[in-house]
Amino acid sequence: MTNKTTTLSKNQKLILTLLQEAQQKTGFISEEAMVGIAESLGISRSDVYGVATFYSFLSVQPQGRNVIRICKSLPCHLKNGQEIIESLEKQLGVKPGETTPDGKFSFTLTNCIGECDQAPAMLINDDVHGNLTPDKIARILKTYK
Amino acid sequence: MPEKRIVLKNCGVIDPRRIDTYLQQDGFKAWQKASAMTPEQVIAEVKASNLRGRGGAGFPCGLKWEGARNAPGAEKFVICNADEGEVGTFKDRYILQNDPFSLIEGLAIASHAVGARQAYIYLRGEYRFLLSQLRGAIRQAKEKGFLPHVDIEVREGSGAYICGEEMALMESIEGKRGEIRYKPPFPTTQGLWQMPTVINNVETLMNVAPIILNGAAWFNQIGTERSKGTKVLSVSGDVAKPGVYEIVLGTTLKELIVDLAGAKNIKLVQIGGATGRIVSASMLDTPLAFETMLSAGAITVFDETRDVIDIVHRTMEFLAEESCGKCSPCREGCGIIVNILERFIKGTATPKDITTLEQLSSAMMLTSLCGLGQAAPNSVVDSLKYFRSAYEERMKKVEVVAR
Ligand SMILES: Cc1cc2nc3c(=O)[nH]c(=O)nc-3n(C[C@H](O)[C@H](O)[C@H](O)COP(=O)(O)O)c2cc1C
Ligand code: SF4
Ligand code: FES
Repeated sequence: MTNKTTTLSKNQKLILTLLQEAQQKTGFISEEAMVGIAESLGISRSDVYGVATFYSFLSVQPQGRNVIRICKSLPCHLKNGQEIIESLEKQLGVKPGETTPDGKFSFTLTNCIGECDQAPAMLINDDVHGNLTPDKIARILKTYK
Repeated sequence: MPEKRIVLKNCGVIDPRRIDTYLQQDGFKAWQKASAMTPEQVIAEVKASNLRGRGGAGFPCGLKWEGARNAPGAEKFVICNADEGEVGTFKDRYILQNDPFSLIEGLAIASHAVGARQAYIYLRGEYRFLLSQLRGAIRQAKEKGFLPHVDIEVREGSGAYICGEEMALMESIEGKRGEIRYKPPFPTTQGLWQMPTVINNVETLMNVAPIILNGAAWFNQIGTERSKGTKVLSVSGDVAKPGVYEIVLGTTLKELIVDLAGAKNIKLVQIGGATGRIVSASMLDTPLAFETMLSAGAITVFDETRDVIDIVHRTMEFLAEESCGKCSPCREGCGIIVNILERFIKGTATPKDITTLEQLSSAMMLTSLCGLGQAAPNSVVDSLKYFRSAYEERMKKVEVVAR
């Protein structure tokens, strides 16, 4: 490897990390953030955009203050997953893919989050919540600001 | 004696936040022994142990290490695959949560054997809650002087199942979209940044310290002819006690799911998650081993109340979503199968749909670029084999009569 390609690929390596940081900080990746990352690394904007849109945890749309990802995969489905999803939908008053009007919660369905021993399960931001019931969900939602 | 703890021996015993509790359980003794050995000796021991990769494919671990050690390259890398995205798998999460130190010790030994000065742990984004504990464990190991030869960096995934596939994972560490690369070249010769790279599953690396400490001969006493050691399995679904179980390889499916996990009225079992196989209740005597059926060890049990077509449909929906889209057999095939299965659910399917499912499945298995597409039709093929009547019952009545 020549020095030039080494620097380029080392810069490339930072794209995903910087996007993850932007996501953590502001809850989504704005166009300005992408342009900033492209310029600081000397990489094309389309490369940055390509990475940002590949990963389901990165969002180029603004999100609620808390992101709920509830599992829809089979092991959770077997433990009344559908009922739990519907209950969450009702309690939030929005459909999957939407954000509550007060901007508090974004709500998405996700595939297995590796908590099937405590199915049904969901993530709120980085926190795991398992063995969900409608009552438990109500209590959990109250603890988020 | 179906349960035996080698990999999980420290889980629930040590405090995963405090290295001194690990050191009390012979922690880093294997590393001390390995660091006094030459890399070649370490590789010879791991080869002799017949340890096979626990991430799904069962590739011999020692051979992989030797390949990377012997390949020319200015730098070498070792990667721990902690992406665990397969539906129904949570054993690596359990390990990381309860014993990060054994993993770090395994990585330290692997890096010494391969000659890597940089190692990565690729942790799926869903497991971000484990990140600080894992980084803390690495920091403590470093402070204690157990990592003089290698830097271990944790890199995070961001919610893409395909990034568990080794080529996509390396693309992701390089900061790119997690798309498959063509093989060959294999990672052991041209992996991360085109340098020789070993990529191992969490559980594979967990076996390394016990093997070095107790010797290959000890390890060879456990398991079957072609599958040595134990396997950590994630059991979920219709069982009384879902959870993580470590069994001696060769233990039967029945011993695991009935005797240990308490399953009743079993209709079918999915072994290996969405890309895995489906077996019917008549096959519970199957031993769990690489030569029979194993994959990464997701075991999901379905009882008699469950609908086969619904199970296959949800499985295929998952794969259609997670296909990286690089090659058309998988990108298009998964979607077409989902559509056909919807016709069975609605009761509008025709006999031709079964033929299409079969032809499409074999085309995908033969022509897909990576393991996802090649294994994607497994649940379709197996369910047509063992539960064909479930499909036939759902066909349009007229057409059945007409034929
Ligand atoms: C679609 C797909 C997903 C995979 N996901 C994982 C995973 O989450 N964890 C893992 O260790 N291996 C996974 N693998 C297997 C890896 O490509 C690779 O074989 C493995 O990490 C090698 O480690 P081992 O030899 O220690 O088993 C996956 C493979 C495919 C095709
Ligand atoms: S088989 Fe599927 S996941 Fe693999 S490269 Fe092709 S499209 Fe991507
Ligand atoms: S299926 Fe829901 S966490 Fe695994």
